[in-house]
Amino acid sequence: MDKPKLTFWKFILGVILLAGAYSLLLRFFRGLGASTNLSDAFPWGLWVGFKLFSVALAGGGFTLAAVVHIFNLRRYRPVLRPIILTAFLGYSMFIVSLIIDLGRPYRVWHPLVMWNEHSVMFEIAWCVMLYTTVLLLEFIPALFERIGWSRALGLVHAITIPVVIAGVILSTLHQSSLGSLYLIVPGKLYPLWYSPFEPVFFFLSALCAGMAMTIFESWHSSKAFGKQLELPLLTGLGRVLAVLLSFYLTVRALDLLHRGVFPLLKLPRTETYLFLLEVALLVIPMVLLFLRRIHENLTGLYFCSVLTLLGIVANRMNVAITGMEASSGTYYFPKWTELAITLSLVASAFALFALAVKYLPVFPVASSVASERHAVRPEPAAPVLGAPELAVPEFTDAS
Amino acid sequence: MSKALLYDATLCIGCKRCEEGCAEHNSLPYNDEVAGEQKQSEHKFTVVLTKDDKFMRRLCMNCQDPACASACPVAALRKTPAGPVIYEADRCMGCRYCMVACPFSVPRYEWGKVLPKVRKCTMCPDRVEKGLQTACAEACPTGATKFGERDDLITEAEQRIHDNPGNYINHIYGLNEVGGTSVLLLSSVPFEEFGYQSGLANESMPQLTYRVLSKVPDVVTLGGVLLGGVWWITNRRTEVAAAERDEKAPSVQSEERGQKKNG
Repeated sequence: MDKPKLTFWKFILGVILLAGAYSLLLRFFRGLGASTNLSDAFPWGLWVGFKLFSVALAGGGFTLAAVVHIFNLRRYRPVLRPIILTAFLGYSMFIVSLIIDLGRPYRVWHPLVMWNEHSVMFEIAWCVMLYTTVLLLEFIPALFERIGWSRALGLVHAITIPVVIAGVILSTLHQSSLGSLYLIVPGKLYPLWYSPFEPVFFFLSALCAGMAMTIFESWHSSKAFGKQLELPLLTGLGRVLAVLLSFYLTVRALDLLHRGVFPLLKLPRTETYLFLLEVALLVIPMVLLFLRRIHENLTGLYFCSVLTLLGIVANRMNVAITGMEASSGTYYFPKWTELAITLSLVASAFALFALAVKYLPVFPVASSVASERHAVRPEPAAPVLGAPELAVPEFTDAS
Repeated sequence: MSKALLYDATLCIGCKRCEEGCAEHNSLPYNDEVAGEQKQSEHKFTVVLTKDDKFMRRLCMNCQDPACASACPVAALRKTPAGPVIYEADRCMGCRYCMVACPFSVPRYEWGKVLPKVRKCTMCPDRVEKGLQTACAEACPTGATKFGERDDLITEAEQRIHDNPGNYINHIYGLNEVGGTSVLLLSSVPFEEFGYQSGLANESMPQLTYRVLSKVPDVVTLGGVLLGGVWWITNRRTEVAAAERDEKAPSVQSEERGQKKNG
């Protein structure tokens, strides 16, 4: 929380947002051609990749909601609210980036009235719309608690279970559907990624991302909160993540085997290297998380969660960009404006998270963890300290 | 009853009248410069590719079961019973999934415009409606591009190959590719030489996604039952445990189970 560091990060944030604002102007007043490196041969680029992984990283929202509310593992409750907030921000970023990416953003509502139930995109549009509403309903108690609307709070509490169930189903549908998008391009997506099981892979990896994000966030929140979150809790998550990762990776390995595309890995191509990078980013945390030394150590857990998240980001970018390049006959690298807008969105998400933490009871107040369920109004809205720190990951020896 | 185009590259003389007729019908600019462009674009829906003394047209294949139409979330693209795959610009929100989904990478986008549209050959739906042939077929002086009933054109194409086996490679491109297309091609040289993808599956693309999509109602129903059931079990368990504890030690406030720790 030392001043100079804060100003430095605020400065960086300012630069990013300025560049992003200029890029936005360029995009809306000059069009997609002027603001992106997209082309007829490569119509989907960085923003689509960003959409894919922002939703994947928001996978913690439905995973943890199910764990706490459906499977009734209440000890995970303290991390639920920050995760729901993250998921809500993730989906908000999805929607904002969609609006920027659409050629005619003002028609974003069209799927509401113009239906095509054969379109994966149509299903995703509906699911994302509904699930964002679900996330809002799941998070809004924080606001009601803050402003003391106990009746509204009671109302939302009353519908918690159906809302959570709807959320899990909607997430299952569209997390996998983002993979289904690519089922229709067997001739275009590089065989290392094209698989009839793409929807399953997307779903499984979203579960992994959910676990990893929870660990990642718990670590940061414990920093911001000034209190260590219980290690056994995170150890539990870490072990689940190890198992999920090994399951996901095994399924993908079997798929490569059955489709007979392993020999492709011998080719010295960009696809091979980036595929191996993606796999490495997932295999390393998987192996490490099985070690007691790692999963019983806060830093170790954090490190593994970061690798996993990077691995899943790599996977989505590979599907959206790397894997589509060869067949397009062209080379795509995002224009600086695309990067600036993407970074601005990420930065805004961090800033909004910090703001929400500052003004809303996102993290349980230290003493009320256990009694939280009864506390319609917890202690005066924990003004959590040092929120901006969230943007500054630093490795202090926590073990 | 569906109409189609048969393009026989061996009859083509590369005069590009089809390009011109297409541009005129679609109100697109056409001059020497455009004529020289060797690719489809947002202002050129069909192109006659030239390679030595060989020619090949490229245009939207107007698939029988089009991937673009299935991909479009707002049904802006649609296959009409008459054959054309039409585009309703007023519906389009510009997600460009059609461009990604198209196995022939045909749809083009107006990247330079602030409010762009998707552009592609739509097989002159207005003309076809009126019983006229497409503008390109009408403009063709040699009969290389022929308009007609799809079934008739298939018979004719087979006949041509049969009569002149040395003149053609033995393949009608578009007969079965991606479930069949409304543009059929004959050629003396492999289609791949002009960028046509070989080895496309004979099954239609939309079923690749619909196969999964059609499971949605089942996932919703089963997911609801399963999750509701799990909740009922776990919740019951908590309630029972709490009740039992209350009986044994009424002094302990219930509900805290599971969240213990921290002491």
